[in-house]
Amino acid sequence: MSLLNPDIGVFFWMLVSFIIVFFILAKFGFPALVNMVNERKQYIDESLKSAREANEKLSHIKEESESILVEARKEQAKILKEAMETRTQIINEAKEKAQSEGGRLLEEARKQIQKEKDDAIRDIRKQVAELSVEVAEKVLRKQLSSEVEQNGMIERLLDEVSDSKK
Amino acid sequence: MKTLRYLWLFLLVFVTGLMPVYADNTETGGEKGKVDVQEIVFGHISDSYEWHILTYGDTHVSVPLPIIVYSSNTGWHAFLSSNLAHGQEYEGFYIAETGDYAGKVVEKDAQGNEVRPLDISITKTAFSLMINSLILVLIIVGVSRWYKNRKPSSEAPKGFVGFMEMFVMMIHDDVIVSCVGKEYKRFAPYLLTAFFFIFINNLMGLIPIFPGGGNVTGNIAITLFLALMTFLAVNIFGTKEYWKEIFWPDVPTWLKVPVPFMPVIELFGIFTKPFALTVRLFANIMAGHAIILSLVSIIFITASLGVVLNTSMTIISVLFSVFMSCLEVLVAFIQAYVFTMLSAVFIGLAQVHHEHK
Repeated sequence: MSLLNPDIGVFFWMLVSFIIVFFILAKFGFPALVNMVNERKQYIDESLKSAREANEKLSHIKEESESILVEARKEQAKILKEAMETRTQIINEAKEKAQSEGGRLLEEARKQIQKEKDDAIRDIRKQVAELSVEVAEKVLRKQLSSEVEQNGMIERLLDEVSDSKK
Repeated sequence: MKTLRYLWLFLLVFVTGLMPVYADNTETGGEKGKVDVQEIVFGHISDSYEWHILTYGDTHVSVPLPIIVYSSNTGWHAFLSSNLAHGQEYEGFYIAETGDYAGKVVEKDAQGNEVRPLDISITKTAFSLMINSLILVLIIVGVSRWYKNRKPSSEAPKGFVGFMEMFVMMIHDDVIVSCVGKEYKRFAPYLLTAFFFIFINNLMGLIPIFPGGGNVTGNIAITLFLALMTFLAVNIFGTKEYWKEIFWPDVPTWLKVPVPFMPVIELFGIFTKPFALTVRLFANIMAGHAIILSLVSIIFITASLGVVLNTSMTIISVLFSVFMSCLEVLVAFIQAYVFTMLSAVFIGLAQVHHEHK
């Protein structure tokens, strides 16, 4: 039967057509498509991977930020406490210093006052001595206004001297 | 409303069922009105030198195709097939009506015997083969042009390109990669080309009018060539282990030493595989065409058996033809798929490596 006899003409044209079609499609057709699909697949896989990594990183960052916050709060409390302590210390020191300074000033003032007093007493004494000398001079001058009295005086004085020499 | 439409459809079928009778009666009737189904079916399935589109009354509308022959006496000849129509002789060539070369271009040699020249005419099959190849190239290259100037990061294609991408990747991933194995990159272009080549030719064969309707994949020369390509791909790229398994397979020694049973069987297998590929595709597609044509011919056969029978048979015939055409679309895909898958499997079996054992 002619149906089962391969015809050489058809075979020849099939050879030509198929080889041409094959080379065109193998060069310009399928590789572009298949490569693009594979590359796209790779790209999607990579994108998914990087998205997952980014997500992980994000959650990590959240955790980190929370821990940083907690730390900061702790630090803040610590600083505040320290500041309070320093304040009370400074105040206490200042108080102490003020007290000691006050005491010193008081002491000095007292000393000054004492000195002033002593000076004043010394002055008064000197004044009194001078005054009493003057008074004694004046009294003496009055008592020794006559010759007799002067002699009597001298006598007495001499007596006294001689008495004291004995 | 819908029932009314169905009613109209039924009436239409009924009326068209009457038409062949009418046509038959107005023609000559009697002997000439008889339908030679065998001629119709085989005339379509086998190759021809012109592309007959339709006959209206006595007017034949057909596309003349170039005839290219090489005669050992007179050398190369190329002319249009219209020169040979109706049994005419041209440059010493004519189409034989009977004998071994019935329907083929022949010439008379010096002794007056009918001899066949080397005939590489662009016949109907060859011509539709070229048209289909052109369509295939246009489709695939057109689709792959979309990928130019696009990066993997750009969006996936939509519409026809997206469909073709899915289609190609289905064949590539499910058939080629899984059947051939890790060496698939070398064979993927051939297998993809074979699949789409067969598929487009199958589909175009189902379109009843020009430029479709050629019985390309139902021609044994075509399927033989395709199987030969697979045969070459299997045996040229076959590994050393593949040949070892043929000539020295892992069977008890008595099966291969005094009388080489297994090597002979294996060697035989090398040739039966492409033969099976050839016949499977050829027979399936040819049978599909033959069945559809036979079903359509029922209308014309029953035309002489009365109006009622003819009408009912027409309805049945149309329904069956529609069913068969739908089935053939499926077959078009399945046969292309099977051919590609078996080729991939045969290639994969020839890619034996030690680590598989």
